[in-house]
This record gives sequence, C-alpha cells and structure tokens, in this order.
Amino acid sequence: MTEAGPDPNEPVRSIRAPVHLEYHFMPGRASSRFLRGVEQGRLLGQRCPQCAKVYVPPRGACAACGVPTDEEVEVADRGTVTTFCVVNVPFHGQKIKLPYVSATILLDGADIGLFHLLQEVDAEKVHMGMRVEAVWAPPEQRKPTLESILHFRPSGEPDADYETYKDHV
Amino acid sequence: MRDVAVVAFAQSRAVRAEEGANEVEILMPVVSAAIERSGVPRKEIGFTVSGSCDYLAGVPFAFVQGLDAVGAWPPIRESHVEMDGAWALYEAWVRLQHGDVDSALVYAFGKSSLGDLPQVLTLQLDPYCMAPLWPDSISIAALQARAWLEAGHDEREMAEVAARSRKAALANPMAQVAQDLTPEELLKQPYLVSPLRRHDCPPISDGAAAVVLAAGGLAREVSERPAWIRGIDHRIEPHGLGVRDLTHSPSTRLAGERAGVGRATVDVAELHAPFSFQEVILRQALGLGPDVEVNPSGGALAANVMMGAGLVRIGEAAGRVSDGGAGRAVAHATSGPCLQQNLVCVLEADQ
Amino acid sequence: MSGQLCAVVGVGQTKYSSTRGDVSIAGLCREAAGRALEDAGMTWRDIDAVVIGKAPDMFEGVMMPELYLADALGAAGKPMLRVHTAGSVGGSTALVAASLVQGGIHQRVLTVAFEKQSESDAMWALSRPMPFAPPTLAGAGGYFAPLIRSYIRRSGAPDHIGIMVGVKDRQNALRNPYAHLQIEDISFEKVAESPMLWDPIRYLETCPSSDGACAMVLVDEPTAGRSPDPAWIVGTAMRSEPTMFAGRDAVNPRAGRDCAADLYAQAGITDPRGQIDCAEIYVPFSWYEPMWMENLGFAAEGEGWKMTDSGATAFDGDLPVNPSGGVLSSNPIGASGMIRFAEAALQVRGKAGEHQVAGAGQALGHAYGGGSQFFAMWIVRAQKP
Ligand SMILES: [Zn+2]
Repeated sequence: MTEAGPDPNEPVRSIRAPVHLEYHFMPGRASSRFLRGVEQGRLLGQRCPQCAKVYVPPRGACAACGVPTDEEVEVADRGTVTTFCVVNVPFHGQKIKLPYVSATILLDGADIGLFHLLQEVDAEKVHMGMRVEAVWAPPEQRKPTLESILHFRPSGEPDADYETYKDHV
Repeated sequence: MRDVAVVAFAQSRAVRAEEGANEVEILMPVVSAAIERSGVPRKEIGFTVSGSCDYLAGVPFAFVQGLDAVGAWPPIRESHVEMDGAWALYEAWVRLQHGDVDSALVYAFGKSSLGDLPQVLTLQLDPYCMAPLWPDSISIAALQARAWLEAGHDEREMAEVAARSRKAALANPMAQVAQDLTPEELLKQPYLVSPLRRHDCPPISDGAAAVVLAAGGLAREVSERPAWIRGIDHRIEPHGLGVRDLTHSPSTRLAGERAGVGRATVDVAELHAPFSFQEVILRQALGLGPDVEVNPSGGALAANVMMGAGLVRIGEAAGRVSDGGAGRAVAHATSGPCLQQNLVCVLEADQ
Repeated sequence: MSGQLCAVVGVGQTKYSSTRGDVSIAGLCREAAGRALEDAGMTWRDIDAVVIGKAPDMFEGVMMPELYLADALGAAGKPMLRVHTAGSVGGSTALVAASLVQGGIHQRVLTVAFEKQSESDAMWALSRPMPFAPPTLAGAGGYFAPLIRSYIRRSGAPDHIGIMVGVKDRQNALRNPYAHLQIEDISFEKVAESPMLWDPIRYLETCPSSDGACAMVLVDEPTAGRSPDPAWIVGTAMRSEPTMFAGRDAVNPRAGRDCAADLYAQAGITDPRGQIDCAEIYVPFSWYEPMWMENLGFAAEGEGWKMTDSGATAFDGDLPVNPSGGVLSSNPIGASGMIRFAEAALQVRGKAGEHQVAGAGQALGHAYGGGSQFFAMWIVRAQKP
C-alpha cells in the first residue's frame, strides 16, 4: 500500500514554534505609589530635588538630573492637550474601537505630559490647547492601573493660550 | 595599546527577587556609587555603555529605561550591547583606545525574577531545530556535565567547587547564597537534574553592577592603585552542542592566550562558571594551577545576576588588585549555552 | 576623527521584502555578509571579528540570536559583539565595528545588521498592553504622530510636505533593485488619498515592515589602500538622551543636534548643506525628512520643510536625501540604520548603480531610535583624509 506523503523535494518554508512565557511585571516603588493613588482617584507625582520639575507618572528618578525623586506632589486630574494623534490602524490585541484619539495631556501642576485616551468628542474637533478632564471608573471598579482613568474628555473650559504650553509642544 | 584601568566598581546585593524596586531603582544607587568612588565627575565621563537583555524583562527596549539612572543630560555618548556587561566593558575599553575620551561608565542589570529564567534561556537556542524542543538551561548544562564526567571526572570535583564557593561567599556581603558545608554533605543531596545537584547550579538573582574605567594619567590621578587592564579578549564557539567538545573550552583558552594570562603568575581569578563543573573546565582552559585562588567572592554559584555576573567578575578581580590583595588577577565572563562565548581580562597593579 | 583611519571596502544587501520565506535568519544574514565579502574581494577567513546588530529580539522570538548565528557568520573562534540601541542600532553597530578598527584592535571587521519581522509580529511586540501603561499604545506611529503634529504646529509647514516626501522616496526606490516597495504608479494623489492611519500620518507616509539584512566590511588604512574604491570614514558620532524628562524637546532633540555638531567638527564640515553631497537619513514617517533637515543643521529651525518643498532633497536637488528610497521604501528595522550608512558609502564609492548621485564625494549616514533619543551618524568621503 502506498500513501501520497509530502514531496521530499519541496523545501520547508516555515515551521510553527509557539513561545509562551509568563512574566510577573514589577512597577517599582515610584509607580506603585502612583498606582495606589490612581486606585483612590488621585494623581500623585514626584518633584525632582534638583530641577524642581514634577513628574506624572513618577518614574522614581529625574532622568535629566539622574537623581531619585522622593517628594510627592498631587496634581489635578485636568489639563491641556499639547499634541495628539487619531489612531485608525487595527492591530492584534487592540481593545479600543477605531478611530480613537490618543493625546499628550499636560496636567495642571505637572511638568511632563501624560499619554492617554481622549473620548466623548469627535476626532475632528480635537485640537491643541483643548482643556480636558479625567473620567474615572466608578470607585468600586478602580484598580491600581491607569485604566482606572477610563479616558479624558473635554472639560468645557476655554482653550489654553499657546504660550502656556508651547514648551511642551 | 593605551593604558586603561578599572578605577571603581559597585554592585547591588544579589537577591532572588527584588520585590519593591524596578530595574531603574536597583540600578540608580549602583551607578551613583561607582561614579562617586571613581572620583570622576558624572558630567565628565566620556563614554557610557551597558549590557542587558530584553527577554529578562519580557519587554522590547528594556535597556532604554536604564538611561534614566545615568542622568543622560546633556546628551551623552552612549551604546548598549545585548550581552553581559563584561562585553560592554570591552566596548568601552576599545573606545578608550581612540584617545579622545579618558573615562567610561559601564553598567549592567538583570531582573530574572520577572520570568522563568531556565525557560527564558531556551530562546537562546537555534530557533528552528533546538528551541522548539524547549530544553531548559539546567538540562542543557546537565548534558554538558554528563559529557564532562564521562571524560574522566567525578562528582566530588563538582561538590568541592560548590563547597568552596559557598563558603567563600560568607565573606561577601553582596552574595545571595552562602553556606559552610563539606563536599561530603553536598554529595548526600538529591539530584536536581542528574548529574547536577542544586548546589551545582547558580542561584537566580536580581541585581546590577557598574564599573568606571579611566585611561592613563586620569586613572593615576583618581586612583591610588588602579587595576590596569593588561589584556582583554573574547571568542565565540559554534552554537550547535553536537559540533563542540563540551568537555573543554577552546574559546576560553584562545581568549586567555590573547589576553596574556600565561605571561606571568596569576594571584587570583574570578571565573564566571554558572555551573560547578564549568569552573574546572575554565581553570584548565586558562592554565590556572592549584595555587591560584579562584572565586574568593563565591563566584556565580553564590550570585548570578544575568547580564551582570561577568561584569561583576571583572569588578571583583579589579577590587582585589586595588586593595592590594593581588598583584595580578584574571577575570572571565561567559555567555550562551555550555560556555559558548567567553571573555578573559587580565588586571594588574603597577609594577 | 578619533583614533586610526578606517574605511568601508565592502557592502552587501539582501533584497528587502515583507517575507523572505526562502531563507532562514542565518541564510538572510549570510546573503548580505557574503555579498559584502565579495565586494571587498575577501573570504570569511580574512575577517578578524564580527559585530552584529538588530532591534528587539522579540521581533523574531530569538534571545540573543548572535549565539545561534555565530556559525553562519563565520565567527567561530573569533570575537563577536552584539549591539542593540533600538532603531538606531544599524548605525550604532557600524560605529562599534568601526571603533574596533579606529581603536587599533583589528584590521578587518565584518558588520551585519538584520531583521526578519515576518518570523514574528513586530507591531504586537511594540504595542502589547502593559499592565501599568495607559491603554493607548498603537505601534511606533502612535508615538511619533503627535510629535509630527507638534512639528507642523511649530513650523507652520503645509500638509503637502509629508506627501511630497512619500512620493519622492518611492520614486527613488524605483532606481534601487534591493528596495522593498516598488510602486510603479506612485503619485501625489496616490499618497494623498491613502488612508490616515495615525492622523496626521497617512498609510503611504509610513515605512513598510520588511525582512532583510545589510553588511559591511570595515578595514584599517593599509588594507583600504589595496582597495580600488574605499569609502573613508571621516567622522563618527553617537549621542543618547533619556526618553522622558520634563522640558524635553522630542521634536528637535538636542541629542541629534549635538551628535551632528560633533560629527561635522570631526569631518571639518562648517557648511553641511554646501559640503555634503547626499544624505541617507532615517525617515520612517515622511515628515521626519524636514524634521531631521533642521536637527542635522541643513536648515534653520522651522525651515526644513522648505527644502522638501523646493525640491532640494529630490534626486536631482542640491542635497539628494535618501536616493536609495530610504526607510520609507525598505524597513528591516534592525538593519535600516546600517543600510543608511552603507548607502552613504556606496555613493562615495560610486557604486550606487541607478541611484548614484553624480559626483558624490562626501555623504552622511544617519540613524535614530527609541523616542527620538538615540542617534548614530557617520560621514564618509571618497578622498582619503
Ligand atoms: Zn531634575
């Protein structure tokens, strides 16, 4: 009995070799403080002891000065859109409906922009200088992750003057 | 060659899992300590280079955050190797040969506790013919150990290395595993992966290390007793385990010859032997006799920060030279399965 | 330039395409390396050391693949280094290889950079939702699009600049048989009408995802003296700055400006636009051409787009930028930087074929990576310094 097997002269062009590895991510001390704050609906940054800039989220260090940042500073959950993009590209693992706006938001009291989603507004209406506020998940659903802020939305305040945020554009 | 010396070394205490701190938080005090000890002002360091590995953290570009610990502002001359920090040190040494910069910061970090290290290391193997079989790093080392035993060695040699290393580690506050047990006691332990017992294998460690190099006059200016790099070389072997003689380390032998290990008496050697029997292979490859003190730090059997353990060997060996404990020291680093790639560095005090 | 003289005497590239299913990772690297050796008139035996670079290991799912590639690259018994500096890696890898010669360590170094993105999913590797990050990541475009918007705001550049670059680089690619994208009917309308992926970045304003490898043979002065057409390296520089710190200018980063200044000082260049004959710069999104023109000192701040607009950067302009088609036409990430360096060398060696810029005597190779924070550059020259 003969069986028609694969052609032995046909080159093998690919193999499947699945990789599955599990990692336990470790946010570190500074991020842990921040994420515990987020869980309580607060945004906790850190001030650099050398240049006095406020980092949100804090990274435990001022990368410019190369020193640890210890002093905790609470900042507002509203701020100004310094720049943004409208994402319209599908990719594996994406959770958000297209198109969506991801924006760099300079929170009042912070010296560095925070990257987050901007919703409850048409993408065409989003612009630099727009004032926005955080929309928090209900307290019982908040977890120590930035997803506890569901997204940002326009706050209705008048646009910020370019001069107030131009160093962050 | 331009004279270049190790003028400072710092490391974190190796631990199984650094629960609170992330990589930057582990690294920052280590980098700061090395710079402070060097006496070279941070902003005057001419070149910075690091060694780390994305797969330890499980994220791409894991090395990028390391820059946060350095204070890279204004911008710095900087490079990174996806290798143990010992190779980063080699790159820095080469860069200092150019003559236009006089100092370099080298650092390495690894947080193996985030993943399952023996499984992660499987991905170092040939992706088409080996890795899909998922042999873990301990099993691969056990294969090599078996070949080595069959070549005329015995398990007691392994236990002796382990006993001596763990005992030496009692004097090393940065070590993770330290114990005073006799080889007989160790040999009574069960096998982990035959013929390896637990003590034949390295601990899994989290940690960081940093070294400052300085050239010529600057080294003399900032250090009372610089540890001069008199030779440094590294070599790689073929990857396939089946095409190599696993009972010897020809790449270590060649690197050792090129680095000039045999040119004079060696007082102390820090060998990066993650598995006990590998130390015997390395000693032989480097021609180190019984009178050479090996791994007074406890070596990789006492603390094995992935991507950092090789740099730590250089730092430890340099420390012995700088503190007057040794006139001439050899440091060794390894990478890849079964000692595939090896680096040898000879450090000397001023004559 | 620091250290001893070094020159490029061999360049090899693979055909770039979305899937090189006909070769393994080793086969891909060997294809480029073999061609570089052939170009240099050398054999594997002549090589003293191998320096390899690539972007994140997760793009192929192989950890530290240099270990597995040692055999294929003839590195057994030799020193081998593996560089990884994000997107600038191809450039940094060439610089580390050059450093081995400049430092007087070796005479003949083979350097190789590659990416075989088809073996895994690079977009996935770049965009995986991380537990502590906001849920907005969307590949490299998601990071760079807001910066491009900032550039447009700061410079007042008109919308059509990005489109022009997208057209020009694809036209150039038609002259380069190795280029991945060969869009015969490329036109302004075609780019303008392509979908907005990450507004303000259109589909045809982005780079493709490619498999490919590039290799070079770098040698010392005596060895280069025996080559008929060496490209002399007259300046090398790299600079890095942190990804995020308060007050950072990520649009026109100081690391890039400092890197260029260092480079020009080494090469004795005081008027880059007048003294450099062509440039291969890392432009993964079309708007990065005008942005880097400013960062590299070819134009004043806010004026870079005018070079594109006036045709100065076109193939027949006074500073042809990316005559090979650039990253917009071929993007094997880890190799993309080295391709820029290698193409600059080909130009001054007079070996760029159909995309040869007439009379190119001095050329710039440029690469950047991370969040516009890692820079690697070199200047190569036909004439021995
Ligand atoms: Zn600061």
